[in-house]
Amino acid sequence: MYSITASGLVVTYATSGIFNFAHGALGMLGAFTYWQLTVAWHVPPLAALALVLLVVAPLLGAVVERVLIRRLYGASLSVTLVVTVGLLLALIGVANLIWSPVTPRVLKPFFPNSLIHLPGVNVSAHQAIVVLVSLLVAVALRVFLARTRTGATMRAVVDDPGLVALTGTSPARASQLSWALGSSLAALAGILLAPLVTLSILTLTLLVINGYAAAVVGRLRSLPLTAVGGLALGLAESYSTGYLGGDLPNLLRPALPMFLLFVAVVFLRDTRLRAGGRIVGWSPRAVGLGESVRWSSLLLVVALLAAALAPGGLVDFLSSTLAIGFVLLSLVLLSGYAGQVSLCQLTFVGVGAYVMAKVAPGGSAFGILVVVPVCALLGVAVAVPVLRLRGLYLALATLAFASGMDTIFFLNAFGTGGAITVPRLSVPGVDSNRGYLILLTLAFAAGAVGLLSLRRSRVGRRMSALNDSPAACVTLGVGVNRTKLGVFAGAAAMSGLGGVLLGGQEGLVSGNDFQMLNSLVLLLILTIGGASTVSGALLGAVLFSAFPIIAEHVSFLSQASLLLTGLGAVSIGRNPYGIVGEASRRFAAARQAGRGALASVVIRPSPLRDGVL
Amino acid sequence: MSADADIPALELIDVRAGYGRIEVLHTVDLVVPPGSVVALLGPNGAGKTTTLAVASGRVVPTAGCVHVGGRHVNGLPPEAFVRGGVCSIPEGRGVFANLTVRDNLKLWSHGTSRSLSEIEDMVFARFPRLKERRRQLAGTMSGGEQQMLAVARAVVADAGLLLLDEISMGLAPRIVAELYELVAQLAADGLAILLVEQFAQTALAVADHAAIMTSGVIRAVGDPVDIAAELAAAYLGGVA
Repeated sequence: MYSITASGLVVTYATSGIFNFAHGALGMLGAFTYWQLTVAWHVPPLAALALVLLVVAPLLGAVVERVLIRRLYGASLSVTLVVTVGLLLALIGVANLIWSPVTPRVLKPFFPNSLIHLPGVNVSAHQAIVVLVSLLVAVALRVFLARTRTGATMRAVVDDPGLVALTGTSPARASQLSWALGSSLAALAGILLAPLVTLSILTLTLLVINGYAAAVVGRLRSLPLTAVGGLALGLAESYSTGYLGGDLPNLLRPALPMFLLFVAVVFLRDTRLRAGGRIVGWSPRAVGLGESVRWSSLLLVVALLAAALAPGGLVDFLSSTLAIGFVLLSLVLLSGYAGQVSLCQLTFVGVGAYVMAKVAPGGSAFGILVVVPVCALLGVAVAVPVLRLRGLYLALATLAFASGMDTIFFLNAFGTGGAITVPRLSVPGVDSNRGYLILLTLAFAAGAVGLLSLRRSRVGRRMSALNDSPAACVTLGVGVNRTKLGVFAGAAAMSGLGGVLLGGQEGLVSGNDFQMLNSLVLLLILTIGGASTVSGALLGAVLFSAFPIIAEHVSFLSQASLLLTGLGAVSIGRNPYGIVGEASRRFAAARQAGRGALASVVIRPSPLRDGVL
Repeated sequence: MSADADIPALELIDVRAGYGRIEVLHTVDLVVPPGSVVALLGPNGAGKTTTLAVASGRVVPTAGCVHVGGRHVNGLPPEAFVRGGVCSIPEGRGVFANLTVRDNLKLWSHGTSRSLSEIEDMVFARFPRLKERRRQLAGTMSGGEQQMLAVARAVVADAGLLLLDEISMGLAPRIVAELYELVAQLAADGLAILLVEQFAQTALAVADHAAIMTSGVIRAVGDPVDIAAELAAAYLGGVA
């Protein structure tokens, strides 16, 4: 089962060079479409199967490739990651709209009543089918990719799409085919998986994500190794149920795939440094100290006014926004400046809030002295084993960490659906919501000014150099890993601090608030705002906290929030700098044009342009 | 395609082209007569590679006409150029590094009517060394072997026009000589060739005509012997 998921993933990666985070969602969508056809519309299973696997899923994959992926060739990892993660959320959003999550649905296994007797064990027919199909898929794919001309073309596209065109075949069609195939395989996995678990949008998506571990075992390239990985994963899961007694396995089992993913990533050997970056031609200018202090002061004045005059609801809104904004600042540091992708930032926020609640229930400021090092160390612990790897594997490791923490830590530390009270920092003179707003504003302003100063400093230059060309950094004697580690630890510590601030604002926080999926949302929302600018973080935070409020009044939106977030992120495939970046670029361009300067020519490489070239 | 005696294999008329808002070719006029070899020479940044990119459909001109074998092909995708009989060996190593030599050969059958075994026979007869390496990843071969593989595509393509971009780049003189032997032979078989080359003498030795290009404009077209004489002036003038 895992091997089907994983092989679909490997096919799309090997043939488009893009790791499809939305693979899980494609599988989920396949299973739901199948349910819709067989259960709701009474289409015979075989016909439904054919329809889903041969028509709907491939079509979806092809459309996704055409609309989104084709623009991403050659784009940076963070852009491809954000776009596919955005797609993941958008697809979940679509599914939520069509199939209300509240209604329970059941998908029956194939041949529900027959058992197959093998020496020693009884296997249900469904399980036998799963094993058989996954073997078949593995063999068929291997033959297809290795032997046929179409297979060779699909692999060639990753190497050099331009050269493929020169040999007389359309590279676009080949990659479209591979996405259709990948999508179909995801749907197959979803349909086979659904009867074994509940047919729920999230469960299914996340389960298919577990297959990522198997794909990483195969290094995202090798199909046989991927099959082995899938098998190992399945066996490990069932053995842990069979042979380990007590509560421990129940606790750990859900985290097993992610654990395997982490281990597989750690054991990867991939130390080649990327040389040379793409020219983006324009980047947000580093704001000077004076300017950042001026804007921060303005923000503070606004906050003071709001604290004095605004109604309580607005004060709360602004406070949440600023607290989220502080967390987003840590992501600006990590993704925007250093170009590292983290999918676990909310995990640090959660840990920060939790530690604060435990060590300083009274809200003593000394709690911070514990939270910051704890989160920094945790960040280091996540980053150290995987630092030497490329960004994609780093991102996968953070995904594994976030997901593992979901099931192991948050579920238990907070109890299922439970919540803990996080104390508000007790600072002399701050005793009301309004006072806390001022405190949060000060924190955000200090964070923003500090971050911008860091950006202009030696360390900041080192970070952007790292983002640009790790290979060149090494030749200059800049320690790549040391810098990355520092950034990771710093961002984790900042997130932890953000957790303290956010927890203090909300008062009551539940483990659900910090789930992996929400970390993804956070990253996307920052990207929409503008990942490499402080103002982008603020805008992202406004979007993040404004959305639920708008949704309250427009019922359609409450269902569509994930969809819209996903779509928003997907649309930044056009512009890696988000709304703020686009706005200030236009502003700068307009100003230059006003002076009649020819020097304002903006060179942007083809992948970032709108399809042409 | 280029069978007609008087229809040029390639004709660029008043072609302007570039990347984004930067124009590289400012009205380029160039004719490759059927069955003849044209050497395109010029300093770095003159637009030679861009000219070849226009002639192979990789860059769509913003103005002017591209005629291949007498047909107007502006704006068609590169695949269509291949079907129209253009075989283009790009700058650098025109091979798929992560595919085996055999897989590379397999892909070539897209552009021709030949089968894989036919292609293998033709290529291995010409370059026996590639036969030893047919199961190896192309990227793990030496630079010379990779370029042999790349240029070998010209042998099997049913092309009327061959575009060669700096096939000597970074290679030992012995291998360059071997590759140009093949070029001369292809030319003798009647294939029209447009070649860009940094070793002007090597290129002029096989060329029927030569053109000098600087700053996106063709400065002179003529007999290789005459062009050789003008070359130094053109380079220095172009650079300064």
